Amino acid sequence: MTPTPLNPKIFDKDVEQAPIRKGYGEGLLQAGEEDHNVVALCADLTESTQMHLFKNKFPERFVEMGISEQSMASVASGMAAMGKVPFFSSYAMFSPGRNWEQIRTTICYNDVNAKVVGSHAGISVGPDGGTHQAIEDIGLMRMIPRMTVIAPCDSVEAKKATLAAAKYVGPVYIRLAREATPIITTEETPFAIGKAQLFLAPQDGVQAKVGIIATGSLAYNALMAAKQLESEGVPVKMLNLTTVKPLDEDAVLALAAETGAIVTVEEHQRKGGMGSEIAEYLARTRPTKQEFIGVDDQFGQSGTTDELLNHYGMSVADIVAAAKRVMTQ
Amino acid sequence: MEHLYDEDIKRLELQANDIRQTIVEMLVEAGSGHTAGPLGMADIFALLYFRALRHDPKNPGWEDRDRLILSNGHICPVLYAAMAHSGYFSVDEARRTLRKFGSRLQGHPHREWLPGLETSSGPLGSGLSQAVGMALADRMDRGPQSNRFYYCLMGDGELNCGQIWEAALLGGKEKLHNVIGIVDRNNIQIDGFTEDIMPLEPLKAKWESFGWHVQEIDGHNMDAINDAINEAKAIFSAPSLIIAHTIPGKGVDFTERRFEWHGNPPGKGPTDVVPKEKQGEEALNALRTLHGMIKSEHK
Repeated sequence: MTPTPLNPKIFDKDVEQAPIRKGYGEGLLQAGEEDHNVVALCADLTESTQMHLFKNKFPERFVEMGISEQSMASVASGMAAMGKVPFFSSYAMFSPGRNWEQIRTTICYNDVNAKVVGSHAGISVGPDGGTHQAIEDIGLMRMIPRMTVIAPCDSVEAKKATLAAAKYVGPVYIRLAREATPIITTEETPFAIGKAQLFLAPQDGVQAKVGIIATGSLAYNALMAAKQLESEGVPVKMLNLTTVKPLDEDAVLALAAETGAIVTVEEHQRKGGMGSEIAEYLARTRPTKQEFIGVDDQFGQSGTTDELLNHYGMSVADIVAAAKRVMTQ
Repeated sequence: MEHLYDEDIKRLELQANDIRQTIVEMLVEAGSGHTAGPLGMADIFALLYFRALRHDPKNPGWEDRDRLILSNGHICPVLYAAMAHSGYFSVDEARRTLRKFGSRLQGHPHREWLPGLETSSGPLGSGLSQAVGMALADRMDRGPQSNRFYYCLMGDGELNCGQIWEAALLGGKEKLHNVIGIVDRNNIQIDGFTEDIMPLEPLKAKWESFGWHVQEIDGHNMDAINDAINEAKAIFSAPSLIIAHTIPGKGVDFTERRFEWHGNPPGKGPTDVVPKEKQGEEALNALRTLHGMIKSEHK
């Protein structure tokens, strides 16, 4: 596995930033242009979920649901049963938070081709406080059979993920964040559902001593932590695990075999999230020491993104410290 | 409008009776399942499957078919029996396999396993949203002239679910004329009578205030069911709701109007009238002889 080409400015202070959700809006518009069966449903959050681009271009293929997330999931199911490719969006707290059973029964059990898109996921939604900080959604979605779970690391990848989800036949959950996030990848960076990407690796022939696996909005912090470790002389590999499920088992197993020490990084509860997916897999294939970066069985609160990431232990320094711990255990 | 002639009504009533017998046989063999709702809805299912629905049992994927969405999946014995009698699969399969391991006739309907089902259901309250979604997709493809109809069958207890009213809001907003909701107004749910558990009345006014064209009918009168569906199809400015007043457990004296029969099969029902071991046999005997109106040749 060779490192993925990244934004040349990624380690600069003035790296470009954009909200991850922005890429979804652009991707949905393009998916709509490419396939007339793509339709969109939104629960009264059209602009903040970035669906307005699609709505303005294809008003006849857009359904304004009002604040009814449960019905939205099932309406999408009905539309998918008629051959449409519905994308339905709200804040992740409400969809897939509030409508989990409708997603389970009327979409996954029913095996229809509908796409759940949860925006404003994680604690980085910030000042809105704990009610609006979805940090259980990866767990909720990855437990359902047939569901594919994708958490793009930046806006460029979010656009690719949206286009890939539109072409993939089956239920997909795409997790998006609200705040502006550094652009890590480029238009040329390859993307495929189910494939992890190597964002940082030691020079050829040097064995990595620790592996960092990140998903979604914290991939940037994980990459910065890996860079710092590298500058301190620690050989490190960092994987961007955009698709949490199905897991890229080959990439994870190879990293575990090489390093014997893994740190998983996600803006989610430690219990049940991406780290759990990794641990469940490695426990039965190659038991490996693992540190979990994430929220430790608590609810969030109001604050700025940085304040919250520091408070709940998801900063660059926390990731570096976790890497050192797991290497020396 | 297609009127029912006397011979049509007689034929449909006999078909409903066949469906009821199959329901009882299925439930006795399964040893679990719901009795009251399926027996109460047998007349409506007979009219739908043998008269109103545009469908082809030999070609369940036919694009131009009407869609029937069973929202209250627990009454699926009546759906399976109606499907079997109209030719989707054998009546024998229905009798033998309901709720059995590996069966296509799952305890609650699973679309993936049984061709002819439009959706999987069980958890209550989501069917109307799906019917509305189907009709929205249809309108995008075929415009307002589409002549495919989307029937959604709901229980009355199910109307406790908030999602039903979310779907009612959207259906009214979008004026989906080809959605026809049918509520099985049998007044019972698991814990008792609906008006004790969570009052629904005035039910007609509620739906009308959501923008639906509402009719109330006797759900055992073939003429009334047929006329209501014809009227619903003729209304172009609103989705339709038919409140079908039915008798739970209809067709067997000792199961009628008893909420205790909601979730029990013959053989496991209340014993104050008929002992458990005789419930299946007595129910079948009552249906086969039309409550004694057809005398056994052996007597």
